[in-house]
Amino acid sequence: MAFIEVSQVAKTFVTAGGSSLEVLADVSLSVERGEFVSILGTMGCGKSTLLKIMAGLVEPDAGRVTIGGEPARGVRLNAAIVFQNYSLLPWFSALENVRLAVGTAFPEWPRERQRQHAVRYLESVGLGSAVDRRPGQLSGGMRQRVAIARAFAIEPELLFLDEPFGALDALTRDSLQQELARLCSVTSRPVTTVMITNSVEEALLLSDRMLPMTAGPRASLGTPVAVELARPRSASELLHDDHAADVRAYVVASLTEDLRRARAHRDVVRSAGLPPSPGLRRTAVALAEAGQACRRGGPEGPHYVETRTALHVVPEIEG
Amino acid sequence: MKRALNLVLPSVGVLLAIIVWWGVSTIVNDLPSPLKTWEESKLYILKPLEKRGEMDQGIALLAYYSLMRVARGFLLGIAIGTPLGFLLGMSRTLTRTFDPVMQVLRPISPLAWLPLGLIIFQKSEPAALFAIAVCSMWPTVINTMAGVRAIPQDYWNVAKVLRLSPFTTFAKVVVPATLPYMFTGFRLSLGIAWLVIVASEMLTGTPGVGGFLWQEYNSLIYAHILLAILTIGVVGFVLDRLMGLVETRLSTVNRVTG
Repeated sequence: MAFIEVSQVAKTFVTAGGSSLEVLADVSLSVERGEFVSILGTMGCGKSTLLKIMAGLVEPDAGRVTIGGEPARGVRLNAAIVFQNYSLLPWFSALENVRLAVGTAFPEWPRERQRQHAVRYLESVGLGSAVDRRPGQLSGGMRQRVAIARAFAIEPELLFLDEPFGALDALTRDSLQQELARLCSVTSRPVTTVMITNSVEEALLLSDRMLPMTAGPRASLGTPVAVELARPRSASELLHDDHAADVRAYVVASLTEDLRRARAHRDVVRSAGLPPSPGLRRTAVALAEAGQACRRGGPEGPHYVETRTALHVVPEIEG
Repeated sequence: MKRALNLVLPSVGVLLAIIVWWGVSTIVNDLPSPLKTWEESKLYILKPLEKRGEMDQGIALLAYYSLMRVARGFLLGIAIGTPLGFLLGMSRTLTRTFDPVMQVLRPISPLAWLPLGLIIFQKSEPAALFAIAVCSMWPTVINTMAGVRAIPQDYWNVAKVLRLSPFTTFAKVVVPATLPYMFTGFRLSLGIAWLVIVASEMLTGTPGVGGFLWQEYNSLIYAHILLAILTIGVVGFVLDRLMGLVETRLSTVNRVTG
């Protein structure tokens, strides 16, 4: 049995007007211990709701979530969440925000040790000189760094990321993604991570497995696809890699084309060939050509991959 | 230029108000003119801290007595009102239970509460405090309640995710998030407490601006009534400004969403 088991979860929201919206219908997935799984979907498809259900913030109407064999009820010990809107407390400094989390995770520590621990994590995300600033005095990227430091400072066994970089500009996003990848790799034990995102590149960069989610209402998950690439990964390598291109094409197809096509393509990804359907082949060819163009373009200067179907445009700054 | 206007325009307003006062005093026989009011009141204003008799005291002393009484009544009111507001804000059931009671008690005038206070406490001083507290607590109750309700779901989520204890959640999340609303409530409550003071001092005959006003009315010294009225107005204005400063400071800290 996998570490996180989500089986046949359903959730319907009733609006103030009395009408109901079935956001999730029959969603099942499993996450192995230490795995980094990304759930991809377009805006409003219910992926955030799914994450909140897994994290114990929202009760599902039907279905079951177990973590480590136990039913997930309420928020778990040793689980951390990073929200898209940072969710820092504005009346506390960066340090106090992190220390609040450390205080409940390690209540037996003396105050000074809790403080040093919080400072160390803020330093590790490059905020050593801004520990006493309040969120209002920090930029969006810095606030999200504080939120990431807060999440890692409790040394979580389980990490939930709810579009953690969604509200950031592209350049800040790139550097924070790298930062997150580094933090995930330096922790003493593997952190089981579930990330919600609408960026295929972000998921490619960070995850072991990607789960495309169909557009809601009545959202359900597509078949997962493994990202079999060595770490550390860089955005530029991903542009040139054939496997990454296939995974990208499959996920983009799952999200944009109808399910039948996605299913047809899945088999092809498994055998690492090219997609059979004309639409998908066009996508894959476009991506491959773009990749080659990048390679020809040399090491310096920005490179872009743009396709009509790609959900995310990647500015490539590292060359 | 803008600064100059900020000084000039209010001065013009005050001057116009004095002219209107003077105009009315030439028509109404018993209403003292501004000049007469000044002539008869200058003893109280120029020697503000002199104590000549129980009611015959400098205006600053009288205002001080009233302020102390208001402070005690107001503190009592917010000491009851704030916890009540938090409870009502956090529980819909409690709100539904007590809403009708609150809505009925809220519009009752201090003049109506005071006799009840005299019956309950048998003494004028506690009765006055009771009337002030019971009249002034409602804005605090209602604003604190609204403040708790207005806490963004994000903050509740943070408390849940960090697994803060109920006490820590209350102290580190709920109270700071509600503070600006609470202080708006405090400011309105203080305004009401100051309104109530006059009525309660008039009825109980205790020394203070209101008691002085009532005694001078009975002694037919009308200029002193105007002195008392102006004092009440100025003190009320200063109180409101001071609370407003605190309120602005608090809301600028909290307005930034994390």
